[in-house]
Amino acid sequence: MSRLAGVLYATPTAVLVGVFFLVPLGLLGWMSLHRWPLLGKPVFNAPTNYTALADDELLGTAAWFTLKYTVIITVLLFAVAFGLALLVQHRRPGVGFYRTAFFLPTVLGFASASLLFLGLLSNEIGPLARLGLVAGDVSLTSGSPGSALGSAVLLVLWRFAGFNMLILLTGLQAIPVEVYEAARIDGASGWQLFRRITIPLMRPTIALVLTMMTTGSLLAFDQFFILTRGGPDNSTTSLVMVIYREAFVRLDLGSAAAISVVLLAVLLVVSAVQLRVLRRRST
Amino acid sequence: MRRSSWGFHLTGASLAILFLLPLLWSGWASVHTETGFGTENYQRLFTSASGISPRHILNSVLVSALTVGGTLLVSTLGGYAFGRFRFPGRDLLFLLTLAILMVPYATILIALYVLLGWFGLQDSLIGLSVVLVVFQLPFATFMMRNSFAAVPVELEESARVDGCSSFGTLVRIMLPVVRPGLLTVGLFAFLSSWSEFFAPLILLNSTEKFTATLAVVNMRTASHGSIDYAALEAGVVVMAVPCLLLFAVLQRSYVRGFASGAVKG
Repeated sequence: MSRLAGVLYATPTAVLVGVFFLVPLGLLGWMSLHRWPLLGKPVFNAPTNYTALADDELLGTAAWFTLKYTVIITVLLFAVAFGLALLVQHRRPGVGFYRTAFFLPTVLGFASASLLFLGLLSNEIGPLARLGLVAGDVSLTSGSPGSALGSAVLLVLWRFAGFNMLILLTGLQAIPVEVYEAARIDGASGWQLFRRITIPLMRPTIALVLTMMTTGSLLAFDQFFILTRGGPDNSTTSLVMVIYREAFVRLDLGSAAAISVVLLAVLLVVSAVQLRVLRRRST
Repeated sequence: MRRSSWGFHLTGASLAILFLLPLLWSGWASVHTETGFGTENYQRLFTSASGISPRHILNSVLVSALTVGGTLLVSTLGGYAFGRFRFPGRDLLFLLTLAILMVPYATILIALYVLLGWFGLQDSLIGLSVVLVVFQLPFATFMMRNSFAAVPVELEESARVDGCSSFGTLVRIMLPVVRPGLLTVGLFAFLSSWSEFFAPLILLNSTEKFTATLAVVNMRTASHGSIDYAALEAGVVVMAVPCLLLFAVLQRSYVRGFASGAVKG
């Protein structure tokens, strides 16, 4: 009786997970083995889609760029978010306001935030241009590869620092006060407390945040599609942008599926390695 | 260890200004016109050929409503099943649901595009909503399972003794108790579906099906050359205001959701 009820309650979840998660996952692999035009009949052509990846110059550039971007974002975003979390970790007057202020950009959709920065950094209505910080008709978001990447990094730091701050904050607050007090009685300095207590006890939270930052950056799309349009000269074209272009500009779904499969495999390996490192350290 | 108070406030306040400035600026830029201040940018946003229409807002409202409703329904039933019942395959199904997190949807949207086509759901707001519900499930199911598991079993047993059916117990006794969880799940489902960009970009083709986010972004991508930045900032404000208002009202639910540490990055 109770068993049957459980099965019935779980049925909608099972149907959704099966039909809209497991089936597309299998379909993705199946598609990657075919020449699969947007319109028209698919034709089996394995392993052409995969072997063609090696010769795809744009894919190579995009993979390299995405990797570089992931390293930059993970390092900077972690430093900023952890800094903010340390700043607002103790309750005192004014802290609530600061926490809310840092967090508020998170409430905005990422696409909206990207459009906001498009205007903010533009040479037409942007305050930087008005102040004369940007030269005449050169736009920050598309002027040079460096400034385009810089614009995207600035946007991501602004939009995601508060999000990661909040997660790190919950980790910080889970450390019992007694541990700090005991260490202080033993004469530990502020730096020692941080190195010997805060960091080790925060390890699971830090690992979670770093994993989300890496996987999130490897999948970057909105900021480049909207803010820099992948340019100038494809210098800020990310991997997911290549998938999108392959499927909906070059109308080749099979090849897009093959890139997706490879990207997915890389992400799973990254997550698995990070989880293993986390487990080994915490036991 | 204790930093001096004015140093703390100096750092905190300058950083807070840095974080708030872009938001305030977009509000200012959206009403700033060549002649002073006014609603001209908003009028252009809603009337120009490449702009957005009330139809797009309606589409967004529809997609959000379907996503929130669908997520609440499925995750309540699923969370109840996982939190309260034993049945064969329970743990496997729960693991598979959480595994959706491991497979970012940017990688399987190509396949979902083809799949929805087979179901006749291509370029459909319902198809888009179903996909959005699926990607809400790991967090929503996890949250609801924990909410149900935290309710004392005695509460249910006494309802049963009084002759309440299993479903009746769920609706009349359990739902009011897990209300905080439902609020959090609903809020996250709304915010992510309202602002979602990539899934509609892939799954919707015709302009009249576009959600507001997609329509506003389209003002930028469809333009070759000049972009109407001021109208764009008006679009940003239109998209942001519902989110900011909801956040102001439901701040507690929001923080609880983040604290559970199961949110997509």
